[in-house]
Amino acid sequence: MTATVETGTRPLPPLGPNRKLKLPKQAERTLANGLTVIAVRRPAVPLVELRLWMPFGRTHLARGAMLAETILSGTATMTANQIAAELQRVGGGLSAGVDPDRLMLSGAGLVTGLDRMLEILADVLTGATYPAEWVDTERDRLVDRIQVAQSQPAHLARTALLKRIYGRHPYAVQTPEPDQVRAVRPPALRKLHAERVHPAGAVLVLVGDVQPERAVDAAEQALGGWRGGGHPAELPPAPPLEPGPLLLVDRPGSVQSSLRLALPAVPRTHPDHAALQLANLVFGGYFSSRWVENIREDKGYTYGPHSLVEHSVAGSVLVAGAEVATEVTAPALLETMYELGRLASLPVRPEELEQARQYALGTLQLGMSTQAGLASLTSAYAGNGLRLDFLAEHAARLAKATVADVAEAGARYLSPAKAVTVVLGDADRVAGALSALTPVRTESA
Amino acid sequence: MPTRRAKIPATKYPVERFSLDNGLRVVLTPDRSAPVIGVAVVYDVGIRSEPEGRTGFAHLFEHLMFQGSENLEKLAHFRHVQGAGGTFNGSTHLDYTDYFETLPSNALERALFLEADRMRGPRLTEENLRNQVDVVKEEIRVNVLNRPYGGFPWLTLPPVMFDTFPNAHDGYGSFDDLESATVADAADFFRRYYASGNAVLAVSGDVDVAEATELIQRHFGDVPARPAPRRPDFTEPDLTAERRASYPDKLAPLPAVAGAWRVPDPVDDFAGYLPYVVLAEVLTDGDASRLVERLVQRDRTVTSLGGYLGFMGDPFDVRDPTALLLQAHLPPGGDVDKVLRTIDEELDRLATDGLTEGELARTQARMATHLLRDTDAVLGRALRMAVLEQQRGEPGLLNELPRLVGEVTEEQVRAAAATLRPERRASIEVIAGGAR
Repeated sequence: MTATVETGTRPLPPLGPNRKLKLPKQAERTLANGLTVIAVRRPAVPLVELRLWMPFGRTHLARGAMLAETILSGTATMTANQIAAELQRVGGGLSAGVDPDRLMLSGAGLVTGLDRMLEILADVLTGATYPAEWVDTERDRLVDRIQVAQSQPAHLARTALLKRIYGRHPYAVQTPEPDQVRAVRPPALRKLHAERVHPAGAVLVLVGDVQPERAVDAAEQALGGWRGGGHPAELPPAPPLEPGPLLLVDRPGSVQSSLRLALPAVPRTHPDHAALQLANLVFGGYFSSRWVENIREDKGYTYGPHSLVEHSVAGSVLVAGAEVATEVTAPALLETMYELGRLASLPVRPEELEQARQYALGTLQLGMSTQAGLASLTSAYAGNGLRLDFLAEHAARLAKATVADVAEAGARYLSPAKAVTVVLGDADRVAGALSALTPVRTESA
Repeated sequence: MPTRRAKIPATKYPVERFSLDNGLRVVLTPDRSAPVIGVAVVYDVGIRSEPEGRTGFAHLFEHLMFQGSENLEKLAHFRHVQGAGGTFNGSTHLDYTDYFETLPSNALERALFLEADRMRGPRLTEENLRNQVDVVKEEIRVNVLNRPYGGFPWLTLPPVMFDTFPNAHDGYGSFDDLESATVADAADFFRRYYASGNAVLAVSGDVDVAEATELIQRHFGDVPARPAPRRPDFTEPDLTAERRASYPDKLAPLPAVAGAWRVPDPVDDFAGYLPYVVLAEVLTDGDASRLVERLVQRDRTVTSLGGYLGFMGDPFDVRDPTALLLQAHLPPGGDVDKVLRTIDEELDRLATDGLTEGELARTQARMATHLLRDTDAVLGRALRMAVLEQQRGEPGLLNELPRLVGEVTEEQVRAAAATLRPERRASIEVIAGGAR
């Protein structure tokens, strides 16, 4: 055993004074049609980022997915290729995506093309035609993509976890089956568009090298004529987690097991949220966490374990995940339970809390330092009824959370007794050892 | 519809360059618009420099650079970066290996300390080596072995296109080679390649040039001087006959194919190289691009499509030999031969008939957006400029790229398309073995 260097004695340089969180210049207006427009100035590069968040809860899963695939495929005045080419001409592009909460149109382009991008966006929102030939093509492509997703362990593990957590709630199934997609026809898409692609409750975020008031004016000019009455579709609150036997989903021949744990969590505005975020960081929410240092850096069971609080409109949940070698599946679960148990039953060390706090505060600054990051953050906040000024409030809560607050959050939210656990892997090889630790129920993938 | 072309804007990030006495090259690019910095150290060694019998070693060694150094215990690097509110990583490429942090700007000196400490030497121990071999094996299982299309095409196409070990071998490495790596191998690799004279440090963002210069001198000035090793010649002759190969992927539900053609030297013949970068976008960027229109929409012979320069998708940070790649996933039962024939036909048509009105200008405008967006992140700037300094001695090229891309002419794109002949192509086909 040779070491390249001798141990040294150079001191670690201290940090300079913290820079205070500074919010960018912004403007906001709710138009007569119900659309809220938020424009934020960050002139670093001559671009503009665009995010249009539209409430889309409780829509038909396959039709919703197909609507996102085809909303940009033609209007009364433009074909799909013309839409794409016209956007490109100003350095722009748009894409659409859905989840159980929202339909999102997003893109970026040269700031000189903002008016043109908004004009095309308006044309799509008010006049998407869903041409039959395009719908046909995109239907087959979506089926192909779903089949590829269904061959990926991360997707299969996620699917099993959602179903286990949410039961009969709309969040339980988020990917349609190929046969459901094959049944979608253009009239159903036009109907869904008419019913749900509405300005009421939608939020458009523009971030970049813009004068905020002028950007809001431009959006009003382009999108003021977008009409459509609200079709409110409230999502029921997400059900509480119901712990039970570990769900083992069999994937024969798998060389790794996908380990997933769901734990209770609270929304961003809840008084416990900052302490929960810090407790989660100490557990597994960043590289310098107990879980990563244990199962990766000490034991080499895994490449990238990670734990994250996920916020949705109907509720929040903490999800921890790791891909571990098949032969160490049970030991990895044991260490995971151990680390959760420590968080739930013993206070964190003050230096662990300080480290997690600095990380949480620093990454807020980093997240705001690009146009794209700022746009996504503003949009995610707005979709949950918050504005950027909440950042300052959240930073203040992070700054003052105590060891006792974090211990309490650990006990309340990270207790292993409250976990819902799903493992996707080769059941023949892992079921025995897992059963030694906890009751196991096995299903096929 | 207006056909006026969008004016391609530029960035004006300032660039300061200097070298320390030990040969370390430094690039500073201040930008005080947000209180964050990017710090990148790039070593001129990558996958191509691995010794035979040690596939995957450059990447394994990258992991070892995080396992402690002169003044830092194992785990200390991670904790010091994240405890300062920052994030970190490293990555191994064909021609270089980078280490980087992005942090609030009050952590500048700390980041410099951390990078200088490991430049003086990592703690290479048997225990850390075995631990990281295990971690890397799990990384390979996640990214290659346990998923469909793992390593396609970046690991599976080079052995078809190239004949020599440096260019053809699996850069993630075989488990056998990884397991037989020794601490002595790592120490040799460090001495040879991780020399101050073989490295570039770049710092971007909220820094004062005079202050940063002084701090860099303080922390890196006494890193022992070692010269850069001579870079081996990795050139290989171009193909003169088509090469094709295929392999079954038992997890893959759909067939897939990737084809590659050699392109001019990205460094020595940048002007000859740029038209290929533009060509890849003309062919595949978005619904209005040629191959998407033809293969996805009209023929429906492919379900998704991509085109790019460099096996790791790195047009401006790779050296010769490299390639233009096109890759496609096909619907179930799809005909790979037909797809390749159609691509040849479209390339021919482009070379013969040229581009349509506005086609080039709109592609260039979109490329400008992508390039500007990449440089908006402070860390992206540090990383890009470090590699541009290392490979070209020209970090300021980052500011010029949107304009240079915009100056590529239709004639050049046509001429580039004309060189992508079937007899110069290497391709790899994935035979679907997925259950569904």
